[in-house]
Amino acid sequence: MNRIKKVLNKKREILSIYFTAGFPKLNDTTTIIKSLDNSSVDMIEIGLPFSDPLADGPTIQESSTKALNNGMTTKKLFTQLKNIRKKTDIPLIIMGYFNPIMQYGVESFCKDCESVGIDGLIIPDLPVDIYYDNYKKVFEKYNLLNMFLITPQTSDERIKFIDKISNGFIYMVSSFSITGSVTSFKKEQTKYFERINKMNLTSPLIIGFGISNKQTYLDAITNSNGAIIGSAFIKYLKTHGVNKIGDFIKKIKD
Amino acid sequence: MKTSYNVDKNGFYGDFGGAFIPEMMHANIEELKSKYLKISSEKKFKKEFNELLKKYVGRPTPLYYAKRLSKKYNTKVYLKREDLCHTGAHKINNTIGQILLAKKLGKTRIIAETGAGQHGVATATVCALMGIKCIIFMGEIDITRQAPNVARMKMLGAEVRPAVSGSKTLKDATNEAIRDWINNPIDTHYIIGSVVGPHPYPDMVARFQSVIGNEVKKQLKNIEGNENPNYVIACVGGGSNAAGIFYPYLDNKKVKIICVEAAGKGINSKESAATSILGKEGIIHGSKTLLMQTNDGQITEPYSISAGLDYPGIGPMHANLYKSGRGKFISIEDKDAMKWGLILSRMEGIIPAIETSHAFAILDKIKFKKDDVIVFNCSGRGDKDLDIYIDYFKL
Repeated sequence: MNRIKKVLNKKREILSIYFTAGFPKLNDTTTIIKSLDNSSVDMIEIGLPFSDPLADGPTIQESSTKALNNGMTTKKLFTQLKNIRKKTDIPLIIMGYFNPIMQYGVESFCKDCESVGIDGLIIPDLPVDIYYDNYKKVFEKYNLLNMFLITPQTSDERIKFIDKISNGFIYMVSSFSITGSVTSFKKEQTKYFERINKMNLTSPLIIGFGISNKQTYLDAITNSNGAIIGSAFIKYLKTHGVNKIGDFIKKIKD
Repeated sequence: MKTSYNVDKNGFYGDFGGAFIPEMMHANIEELKSKYLKISSEKKFKKEFNELLKKYVGRPTPLYYAKRLSKKYNTKVYLKREDLCHTGAHKINNTIGQILLAKKLGKTRIIAETGAGQHGVATATVCALMGIKCIIFMGEIDITRQAPNVARMKMLGAEVRPAVSGSKTLKDATNEAIRDWINNPIDTHYIIGSVVGPHPYPDMVARFQSVIGNEVKKQLKNIEGNENPNYVIACVGGGSNAAGIFYPYLDNKKVKIICVEAAGKGINSKESAATSILGKEGIIHGSKTLLMQTNDGQITEPYSISAGLDYPGIGPMHANLYKSGRGKFISIEDKDAMKWGLILSRMEGIIPAIETSHAFAILDKIKFKKDDVIVFNCSGRGDKDLDIYIDYFKL
């Protein structure tokens, strides 16, 4: 069974961590994955850096620029991940923008994802409709789950469609925002979480964007199956490097 | 079925276009998509739009027969004088249309990106006209290069916000504007300045700019007795002035289309903006089109002496004109464009924007016939470029 599904079946209170591949240093990828695995994280999103990440805030963009300057490429990422499945069984998701994937070749990309042991993809600028019409088959051929985003503006009708074609979890964007731009949840957000929960969707929900500390993590997991932390973790890596990753996770979970 | 070079019902021009956008933009783009045609074809809207174009922008702009140029090149050269529009370029045709649309959508805050500052000024102008709050995103590097336009925007009451991410130029200003829209989806309308971005933007901007080509048709009919020229020629950065003048001729193959790109310091110099030659198919700012990028799919920074042509992509309409062969693409180096800035000034008494100068430079590259009627879009005037001209020619 797909590793993402296994975790989703087993658990609530899922903690998923995002990091940008190639940041802070080009070859930190496997070190970061192993440290996260050792510190009771449930799922990892590996960011494939892009020059123009539209849906991301300054923190992730800056880490992407740094990663690209460090020499990160799609090919290099696959080389770094080549033996990762000998070391860990944690679900691994690649989060990246569509243009680098297109240039690599969508099918080649999916094939290489499967061969290194990637379980799923999040591609923010590949809309659900275009995925459904053109790429669903190839993703499925290589056993990759594709996760879609919903926001407070997504209509009920569209959420139902997304729920129907989702095979992993639904990535619930916490607010009107790019990544890393909120520090606490407000009333409207809680209302939005409640609205979605009332819809009784089949797919598990994981909340991302704006989860930065223990409080927002707890808020998120009371309203969903889990939470994704990205920008806050990147900021931590920027100041503390890759050696104290366990401390960051402890502060969120304890 | 007859092929059309205009947009199809799914927002594509052949293989290009569409809306490759994050879900956070979906509701806004969907709202535009479902309403832009309906609103802009309402009688009341059209009336208001046309009145403003007439009384505020100064339309119709003349179609001017360039006597001396025609004589020298032994052909019939016409200039569509968009440089005479209020604010100095064609950009305002689109901002007038979009501000009216924004009002109908109940939006109270306008954002826009700008490179050289022309679209920023055109947006700040219509926001002042309507009393709507205006924020312009501009690359930090462009802010220092284009100080007079920054001052104009501020004088018009707009806030100019520096884009400090990535390469700090037009593409990053566009990224920042999109991010702002994601964060403020309810009260804000984003006025994109060119025929780029996710559907329906390329079509919407092309329609608002199509007034250029529609006027040419009428004017040419009066002057030459035939609404079809042999050639329509325009410079292409993102491509809004080109889309505007080509629009009524897209599916009329009697009229040849020429797109002029900026070759910068030369196609092989690594400092160029000739997207049709140096670009590959990919996605930029939500649109599938031709764009300059690395093999790994990272978008690269183009170069041209004219700030309005150094966008790493071209609009999807133009990508399709290129791929289908409907449009002929020619690239012109900085030095030839600069030379033509001077030629047009001295032969016709018109100081063109450097973007526009690129288009005229093809007169040295293509031999036209004696009775060919060729129409150039004289898209903007050169006041904004005086510093560059002064520096280049040691005036």
